[in-house]
Amino acid sequence: MASELTVTLLRFGFLALLWVFVFVILAAMRRDLGINQILRFNSLPGRGKRGASSGAAAGQQKQAPSAPRLPGQLAIVEGPEAGTTIRLSDTPVLLGRAPDCTLPLHDDYCSGHHARLFPQGSRWFLEDLGSTNGTFVRGERLTRATLVEPGAAFSIGRTVMELRA
Amino acid sequence: MTPTTRDHSTRPAAESEHSPQASPEPAQVPRSRRLIELFLLVIAWVIGIGAMCMVDVELAAELDSRIVMAGASLIVGSLIIHVILHLKARYADPFILPAAVALNGVGLAMIYRIDLTTNNAVAPSQTAWTAVAMIACAACVWFLKDHRVLRRITYISLAASILLLLLPLTPGLGTEINGARIWISLGGRTFQPGEVAKITLAVFFAGYLSANRDLILLAGKRIGRIRLPRFRDFAPMFVAWLVSIGVLVLQRDLGSAILFFGLFLAMIYLATNNLTWVVIGLLLVVVGGVFAYSTMSHVTLRIDSWLGAFEPEVYNQEFGGSGQIVQGLFGLASGGLFGRGLGAGRPDLVAFSNSDMIITSLGEELGLLGLGALLMLFLVLISRGLRAALGTPDAFGKLLGAGLSAVLVLQLFVVVGGVTRLIPLTGLTTPFMSAGGSSLLANWVIVGLLLAISHSARSPRVVGDEEPEEGSGTGHAPTPSSLPATDDPGATAAISRLGSTRREAPSRRGAPEAPDASDTSPTSAGGRP
Repeated sequence: MASELTVTLLRFGFLALLWVFVFVILAAMRRDLGINQILRFNSLPGRGKRGASSGAAAGQQKQAPSAPRLPGQLAIVEGPEAGTTIRLSDTPVLLGRAPDCTLPLHDDYCSGHHARLFPQGSRWFLEDLGSTNGTFVRGERLTRATLVEPGAAFSIGRTVMELRA
Repeated sequence: MTPTTRDHSTRPAAESEHSPQASPEPAQVPRSRRLIELFLLVIAWVIGIGAMCMVDVELAAELDSRIVMAGASLIVGSLIIHVILHLKARYADPFILPAAVALNGVGLAMIYRIDLTTNNAVAPSQTAWTAVAMIACAACVWFLKDHRVLRRITYISLAASILLLLLPLTPGLGTEINGARIWISLGGRTFQPGEVAKITLAVFFAGYLSANRDLILLAGKRIGRIRLPRFRDFAPMFVAWLVSIGVLVLQRDLGSAILFFGLFLAMIYLATNNLTWVVIGLLLVVVGGVFAYSTMSHVTLRIDSWLGAFEPEVYNQEFGGSGQIVQGLFGLASGGLFGRGLGAGRPDLVAFSNSDMIITSLGEELGLLGLGALLMLFLVLISRGLRAALGTPDAFGKLLGAGLSAVLVLQLFVVVGGVTRLIPLTGLTTPFMSAGGSSLLANWVIVGLLLAISHSARSPRVVGDEEPEEGSGTGHAPTPSSLPATDDPGATAAISRLGSTRREAPSRRGAPEAPDASDTSPTSAGGRP
């Protein structure tokens, strides 16, 4: 009798275990999906000191107007991805259609590696990387690296973007 | 190149205090979540080994070598994968591996259980294959740091698929088992090359479609509302389709034909976001099905035993009758809600109870609840595959991840639909469970690829720290996602964005200058024009 009871208990216990497993996965997955939770990947592990860099990265989330700081946002104003805003750190940004670009544009009129936006001091400079259709700042085609002010629109293919503080 | 300031510490951290947008805690580094994977793995081991012990408690108490070997290979194999993920792909998805291990363990237990009643010896070889397959998965993660290298072998994998599908037809090498010529035998062991072909075909479809999607969509004649692609753009796809279907008709393997055609349709739909192709494809299935029903005897048998399963003359038919399906259904019925208990049913009454019909064996002994839990595990596995596809930034990875998940979905649908009489029963293996080394190997390699893709989806980007802006004027809720570079408009839009150029096409006239030919050609996509 006792062994039959054990077998029955084991039988139902196994079914319960299967469902516990499913629910543990689902619970952990819900956290992983991050509904209503803000996951922000600001710093890279192994780049600089972890604590310092993440603290600094949080610091540059919003630019204080007083300090001479790099404009921190790049907004796409027109084009297939209009409305997208990305946050910039202080590393160069490669713009283009190629998948290895920092900001891959889904714009047929972009070249693979179209242009590069790089910071120097507290300002961003834009340089064309020999693109087919050119990079335009205020209607002028770029021939060399040019300073880009916040709020000044520049266009790459059919995409128009601007820097924001 | 201009020197750039890389030193974060030059930025005063105190400024975050004025910032209304700064999150209360400092920026989070994405969690690798390997620990929860280990925790789930332990539960998965308990499930797998527990199932094997419950089959026959007395044998388990004597430490049956089969149980010990199976348990050891499960634990050691998955630990190897776990450690390699730790070293090579820290950010890989933590749920894929435990779900696959649990399914594999339950499958092993059922095969062992059927061995005990039928005096077969399938379990040891399945155990060996489990170990081999897990090592293959580990190797996949180890060597595939970046899944995008697979893009370079787009056409090689097409050639490999054709070769693999043709192998069983070569005289001397190919072996015909149970009326289907899909095996090759090497040194007494049989292998089903078609199982590997489904991976290579997925790689080919992903590589070809991610490079040529625009050409297929935009170049070509327009007939009514649909735009027909030019034949030369579509030809490689057509070849792939023709070979997989044609060879499988010759090999008389209906299940794989459905799998390959389904994969083809799924990939086209994923790449083009165009339902027309799916509708055309389904119409072709109907036409092909009617044609096959009227001309090919084995298809006729399959359909007859599906529609008239309970008619005595069909049931009692000597070859190809519906006995297998009906016995499977009886098994499911006798299992009921809670099942007979492992080792207490008679799943061995069904033909192929440990391979094609393992779902009914499990349903009989674990009941609807147990089978439901197993199907939930499949759901977890597949949804995590799709999640990885959504998260990865490159089109190739998206297509490959979604395509491999589609392979698993289709296999499962064909099997479970077949044994429950939703669709005609065709011989496909249940992923991770059915006895059969090639299937196990292929599915573990799929797991390896999905893990690699999910690592690239979840790991922090290497260049720049850009991320979606919260509360920007787009009206989207801030969706936390590892999708870099672009504002993430929600999970489903990520894949459909692949087809967004199609909708943008009419506004092309306003563009400054037409892109030159080299700009749209796939070769220059990665380089400067």
